[in-house]
Amino acid sequence: MTEMDAGLVAEQIAQSDQLNEPTDRSEVGRPRRRKEDTRLLTGRTQWTDNLSRPGMLHVMYLRSPMAHARITRVDVSGARDLPGVVAAFSGEDFAAEQGSLPCAWPVSEDIVIPDHPPMAVSEVRYVGEAVACVVATDRYRAADALDAIEVDYEPLPAVLDMNEALADGSPKVHEAGNKAFSAKITAGDVDAAFEGAPVVIDRTYVQQRLIPSAMEPRAVLADTDGESFTLWTSTQIPHVLRVMLAMVTGVPEHRIRVIAPDVGGGFGSKLQVTAEEVLGLLLTRKLGKPVKWTESRSEGNLTVHHGRDQIQHIRLAADADGRIRGLQVDLLADMGAYLMLVTPGIPMLGASMFNAIYKMDAYEFACTGVFTTKMPTDAYRGAGRPEATFAIERMMDELAAELGMDPVEVRRRNWIRHEEFPYTTISGLTYDSGNYEAATDKALALFGYDKLRAEQSDRRDRGDPVQLGIGVSTYTEMCGLAPSRMLGEANYGAGGWEHGAVRMLPTGKVEVITGTSPHGQGHVTSWSQIAADALGVPFEDVTVLHGDTAIAHKGMDTYGSRSLVIGGVAVLKACDKVKDKARRLAAHVLECSPDDLEFEAGAFKVRGTESQRTIQELALAAFTAHDLPDGVEARLDSEATFDPENYSFPHGTHLCAVEVDTETGMVKIRSYVAVDDVGKVVNPLIVEGQVHGGIAQGIAQALFEEAVYDADGNLLTTTMADYLLPSAADLPGFTLDRTETPATSNPLGVKGVGEAGTIASTPAVVNAVVDALRPRGVHDVRMPCTPERIWRALEAQAPEGVRP
Amino acid sequence: MIPAQFDYARPASLDEACQALASDEDAKVLAGGQSLLPLLRMRLAYPSTLVDVGRLPDLKGVHDRGDHVFIGAMTTHDEVVRSGVVTAGCPLVALATAMVADRAIRHRGTFGGSLAHADPAGDLPAVVLALDGVLVARSAGGEREIPAADFFVDYLESALEPGEILTGVKIPKLGAGWGFHYEKFHRTAQSWAIVGVAAAVKRSNGAITEARIGLTNMGEKPLRARATESALRGVELGDQVRLACEEAAADTSPPADLHAQPDYRRHLARVLTHRAVRTAAGSP
Ligand SMILES: Cc1cc2nc3c(=O)[nH]c(=O)nc-3n(C[C@H](O)[C@H](O)[C@H](O)COP(=O)(O)OP(=O)(O)OC[C@H]3O[C@@H](n4cnc5c(N)ncnc54)[C@H](O)[C@@H]3O)c2cc1C
Repeated sequence: MTEMDAGLVAEQIAQSDQLNEPTDRSEVGRPRRRKEDTRLLTGRTQWTDNLSRPGMLHVMYLRSPMAHARITRVDVSGARDLPGVVAAFSGEDFAAEQGSLPCAWPVSEDIVIPDHPPMAVSEVRYVGEAVACVVATDRYRAADALDAIEVDYEPLPAVLDMNEALADGSPKVHEAGNKAFSAKITAGDVDAAFEGAPVVIDRTYVQQRLIPSAMEPRAVLADTDGESFTLWTSTQIPHVLRVMLAMVTGVPEHRIRVIAPDVGGGFGSKLQVTAEEVLGLLLTRKLGKPVKWTESRSEGNLTVHHGRDQIQHIRLAADADGRIRGLQVDLLADMGAYLMLVTPGIPMLGASMFNAIYKMDAYEFACTGVFTTKMPTDAYRGAGRPEATFAIERMMDELAAELGMDPVEVRRRNWIRHEEFPYTTISGLTYDSGNYEAATDKALALFGYDKLRAEQSDRRDRGDPVQLGIGVSTYTEMCGLAPSRMLGEANYGAGGWEHGAVRMLPTGKVEVITGTSPHGQGHVTSWSQIAADALGVPFEDVTVLHGDTAIAHKGMDTYGSRSLVIGGVAVLKACDKVKDKARRLAAHVLECSPDDLEFEAGAFKVRGTESQRTIQELALAAFTAHDLPDGVEARLDSEATFDPENYSFPHGTHLCAVEVDTETGMVKIRSYVAVDDVGKVVNPLIVEGQVHGGIAQGIAQALFEEAVYDADGNLLTTTMADYLLPSAADLPGFTLDRTETPATSNPLGVKGVGEAGTIASTPAVVNAVVDALRPRGVHDVRMPCTPERIWRALEAQAPEGVRP
Repeated sequence: MIPAQFDYARPASLDEACQALASDEDAKVLAGGQSLLPLLRMRLAYPSTLVDVGRLPDLKGVHDRGDHVFIGAMTTHDEVVRSGVVTAGCPLVALATAMVADRAIRHRGTFGGSLAHADPAGDLPAVVLALDGVLVARSAGGEREIPAADFFVDYLESALEPGEILTGVKIPKLGAGWGFHYEKFHRTAQSWAIVGVAAAVKRSNGAITEARIGLTNMGEKPLRARATESALRGVELGDQVRLACEEAAADTSPPADLHAQPDYRRHLARVLTHRAVRTAAGSP
């Protein structure tokens, strides 16, 4: 490994600063402050819980204290008589109308999709499942009345461990058994790859269960005028939810309107059709009144779908020079008690990602989905891809250690070279573009890799109680979910297109309507930048409407780092259509042929003359419609739907240095460098924010977070004192930079960035921790790498009778 | 997360507060609410009335009383940290208080509330125990003083009788030759100590002449590491100090919870005691 000289580093940094400068006058590429923020930061927000409707009632749910039990009796009558209580219901009261919460992704032929009543009727299968509810004039009375509900349970055995759940004779979560599905994908000759391989590495990694902790807890407000229903809900997916609510409850779709007002984060947890949303709709239908529910943080920890939770058995075969021959992946994926919206699809999103950026001869992926008596799992930032990236990036470090090679060098020998793009991987995806060399070289230079390695060996030689570890993660991911055709092949229940509409108002201002549903990502700003460039109008003249099925009538919402690469492109395409229309109108007004017009800085000019009309002027002409050419309809507006031909494949290199106090096991992140390649960048400030938060969330999995159930199936981590989220005080400053290899799969050249940081960072941190401890014989620490786990790992390796 | 119904009273004087408590045995004192309200919200406590003493002027403020510093029970953590009297007279208290929770909580939580709550995981009980503080309590029946060694009785249980209000704490000043340190081991900046060690060490002519060590979260109540304290007496800095600190977990019964098992806590107590004593003794 050669460290780049300081001059080259300075040049690279100067170059990257230029990335932040807009080219000529364009808005795209400019680090615009977010339009959303003044309002958000000054408290003029419309969180669902802030909303109020005349005569509004409040519902609170009574939740199962049992992981698994038969419900033998529910008596809500005691609650009904209490002051302020309007109604109280049990599951029986909804049984005829509540349907079953949907699973839209039957990933295999053998999949078992159990009935999932929004309110349990005869059996509960996880602690926190709703069994009854009280509707009252305020939350306080509703909460008090819950104490008056009587429920008798007949305990059934909890099923908590995936391996035990699959063993013969295990108690069952559902009649059909504990296996939800199995899937297998093979490419190349796996046996041949492993047979006679000079190096075979065999590891089992545990992806602990995580609780997505959006800043805004979930809330639902449902109202009706007697015919139609409006649901305000803290969701990422108002459009999908509307369809699903209609399908689940039988309320006709055209009578349902879903509004996602300001939504304070989701990270996948609000990519769901929740029990409380369905029940909210049913309650307002029963009572004819607006009904609101807002969860508490503890209620959320119990009942927001969880993330990750896999046991990963990985085998890797390599040649003596480090070249990978084959990779075998066998996953157990904890589904929890039911299959929710895309539960079984989550591990399958990793199916084509374990091979990552590497070339190999053979690949096998097998996955078994397992039912347990825990909260269902589902999408959580990265969804399947962080799990895959973790496993392969950990294995690459293990391979390097096994061969005594530098972990960066081992990766270089295996990754797809820049000149090989587009490249079809062993698992069948075609990566359109990438430059792993450039991102890695830049990261190494910023990190001071060689210097840190020197310090590491010095500390090892000295036997310093504080050891230095260096972790590498050269990741890619597939995002921009997703080409509809590919989703169809994967048996997913919907398409992956996105819609955008553009309306130029009579005064020349612009309304962009998007089918994406931002909840912190800053679409209002980025979409404004795209439209401002495309239409040649000022950034300030653009507003963006979203998150209401009556306003944005067509959309597939926000998840899977899809919004810019699909929704942003749809906006661009709609702008192009508006511009075409404006050109015809301009030609008519200026009495020339459309071909004689050039469009520059928002104006159509007749080539070689001074005659021109701005697009904003034309908007008025299109509004008055006094003199429109044949075939041109009034108003400058249009819409477009974009369906990508491929996923988007951002990539990058993350490097982490940790100091591990071997006496206490405490880990301190000393430095963290991330060089990401997310293609063309619309707003570098927003990209930086996404990467920043993403890294924090990935570090949180590596070092802090874990949802823990006890032996009876009770969740122990119901508060933030027990479920540890790091804050700014616990994290280092990150050194962020980028390379720009444009995507070829969309006209903006952009790749998704929403999940990249989370996907990349977890293995970088754990690799660093293990790297620090490797001379002491440690080759793995289970996540989160708590001080206690690190201490125990060291203790286990300490020679008899020697206590460090 | 919604407490059961309770009444709220904010008496205008300490006497009134004592009366309010004497007349209702299910009433509870409310200070900063940072420990009590979570209990109420989780419906682990059902008091009839909260008697809010947080704004009683008699209970607030810090006073230099010559041989000791008097800290009014309702002085907030933030006020303690900023008090020149505390920094000068009992700097260990300031050091440890600055590590309690986060800034928002330090603006509401109080010194007296922390002690009355008698949480062995709280940072201040071990500090007051190590410094041989004396707690002053008032009730309708009068005033009494309780040495810290007698004050902490069991998990979340202090020697305060029902109806008694903690009015303040006397912290004896350490004379010349004393050094001090608080080692708090926790995973995130605002979380509770997995283990904490408060150490005050007196040296003369290079050797340790006296050491007082308080342990946070090593049992049902804050503890003194007596074995280490006596092993340190007369010891020169160096290996002997390390050996003495090996006794730090003697006679402890640390809890098992999500953050640590007892054996790991014992190990931490030894390592952290060594670090705290070394720092207190002025050696790096
Ligand atoms: C998120 C969080 C993190 C925290 N982290 C830490 C930490 O790291 N370290 C730490 O030490 N503490 C921590 N705390 C606790 C904090 O220090 C509290 O301030 C303290 O425990 C209680 O003080 P209070 O004034 O809020 O008392 P309250 O909550 O009002 O009262 C606590 C108890 O003491 C009783 N009481 C209070 N005052 C009196 C009085 N004058 N006389 C008689 N009885 C009284 C009350 O009746 C109640 O039973 C944390 C709290 C929170 C919420």
